[in-house]
Amino acid sequence: MAPSIAVKASGLTKTFGSFKAVDDITFTVHKGEIFGFLGANGAGKTTTIRMLCGLLMPTSGEATVNGFDIYSQSEKIKENIGYMSQKFSLYQDLTVEENIHFYGGIYGLSITEIESKTRWILKTLRLTSQRSTMTKDMPLGWKQGLALGCAILHEPAVLFLDEPTAGVDPISRREFWKLINELASRGTTIFVTTHFMDEAEFCHRLSMMHQGKIITIDSPRALKKKMNASSMEDVFVSLIESRS
Amino acid sequence: MNIRFIAIIKKEFLHIARDFRSLVIIIVLPLAMIFIYGHAVKLDISEITLGVLDRSNSSESRELVNHFINTGDFVLNAAIHDNDEIPRLFKNRKIKAALVIPSDFSESLVSNRTTGVQMIIDGSNSNTGTVIKNYTNMIVSSYSSYRAIAGMATPFTVEPRIWYNPDLDSANFIIPGLVAVILMMISALLTSITIVREKESGTMEQILVSPVRPLEIIFGKVLPYVLLAFIDGVIIVAAARFGFGVEISGSIIMLALLSIVYLYACLSIGLFISTRVQTQQVAMMLALVITILPSIILSGFMFPIRSMPIALRYLSHIVPAKYFLVIIRGIILKGNGFAQLWPQTLFLLILGTLLLAASVKRFKLRLE
Repeated sequence: MAPSIAVKASGLTKTFGSFKAVDDITFTVHKGEIFGFLGANGAGKTTTIRMLCGLLMPTSGEATVNGFDIYSQSEKIKENIGYMSQKFSLYQDLTVEENIHFYGGIYGLSITEIESKTRWILKTLRLTSQRSTMTKDMPLGWKQGLALGCAILHEPAVLFLDEPTAGVDPISRREFWKLINELASRGTTIFVTTHFMDEAEFCHRLSMMHQGKIITIDSPRALKKKMNASSMEDVFVSLIESRS
Repeated sequence: MNIRFIAIIKKEFLHIARDFRSLVIIIVLPLAMIFIYGHAVKLDISEITLGVLDRSNSSESRELVNHFINTGDFVLNAAIHDNDEIPRLFKNRKIKAALVIPSDFSESLVSNRTTGVQMIIDGSNSNTGTVIKNYTNMIVSSYSSYRAIAGMATPFTVEPRIWYNPDLDSANFIIPGLVAVILMMISALLTSITIVREKESGTMEQILVSPVRPLEIIFGKVLPYVLLAFIDGVIIVAAARFGFGVEISGSIIMLALLSIVYLYACLSIGLFISTRVQTQQVAMMLALVITILPSIILSGFMFPIRSMPIALRYLSHIVPAKYFLVIIRGIILKGNGFAQLWPQTLFLLILGTLLLAASVKRFKLRLE
């Protein structure tokens, strides 16, 4: 396994009953890359992420994350990935700081590590003054920032973000992407799903998913050129239309 | 101890501290239950309303009636003059029992002939009826031995002596049983929602992608509740002691230790439910259904297990409250020690461990 590959999937398939949620997808994500997964709701993005994180057992196909096999080495994978689910999933009845401490704890960080990480996260997210705020009392943008912070406490090699900015205001979204860029430039691989076309522009490479299949993978610029479109939105729409 | 485990325990405590409703359930519910049920569930019967049809109207007959009234269990509610009045008094619930004294009562006693009185008892509540019958027998036999001492040949008398609960106060019997039922209910309720709650809120997904092991999650969730349920146990045993005057004749420390073993089994039941259902409502319903009725009916709390049909007797073997009842009644009433109670303790330990192991096994690290 070449060390420059962060995620590799081949023929990955997941069926729920007779429904093929993910249909024979193959792709490679390089280390330090921001890899975007685009597609309508129900296209199979979340299912793909869940299989790669070890939350769902694939029906067939192979995949590795950071060089570890998703079937046999899911424990190893868990130590090396960060995950932020579509649904906000921090504890609403815990304060900002308590949430960070908890996630630091379950990733097995030492108390001194947790302390220094907490300071760093709070500073980066500009939430230092909110450390004792109950999570449920914060605006969604801050919550999503905090969720991202909790997902990167243990410095994962690969970060999976499932629609991280859904419902977040534009300013918080820009802050969010600034942080993601920073992480990528320091070598973290980012695997992100979104349906915001402007966000797609931030990705190094994009894969378009439609009805469980990957219909194209390329850089945003190449995609626009290929489809002769001026924006990602146009690219997406004409790709989908050409399929149906 | 490992950091992941501590992180989970700490978080559970925070949830408990922040959740006012749970705190109320934990502290107030057991107290309310023990006071309500403790007063309502009484097997002793007092103030039995009595009607008297005194055809003898003699000093002897009045003496017999006084024997009834002086026990404090009977209240004279009606002086009856005619047989026909009796059914009406029963139907109007004016009396629970009617004492009929024959006209030759006095003469028979004086001339030392055998005589009898009739006691008509309302048997619509069979339990009350039986108790009234027993009281009547006791009072009549005490009256006849009193007559005997006063005069003629002394028939031999039985002097019953009752051990462990000399006054046959049913509180001494009921309250320890209530402790077992309440602890069971609260513990199962507490843990039944802990895992389901996280499934519902989506935080379970976040925990599952971390390197936490099932064992760490399950034990991390059980331990805080062991402490809480133990505090509950202390509260209701204190209520039993100071609110109902139930004296603890055995070792309090032994009671505390064996209670923890019982709580461990009860909490495991809740946790086991939690790993098997998807919503908090279903979990709570299941916890209540599985714990309350068997703990009351099949545990020997109210009804002796020996008089149950054979199938129910076998079923009672898997009801944890049955074992704890032996333990708590043994310690409180008889002053039992571990030497007499180890089999029950061992069973509770095994049951708790089996359920916990099943929970860990059932607890999947993947969503499905």
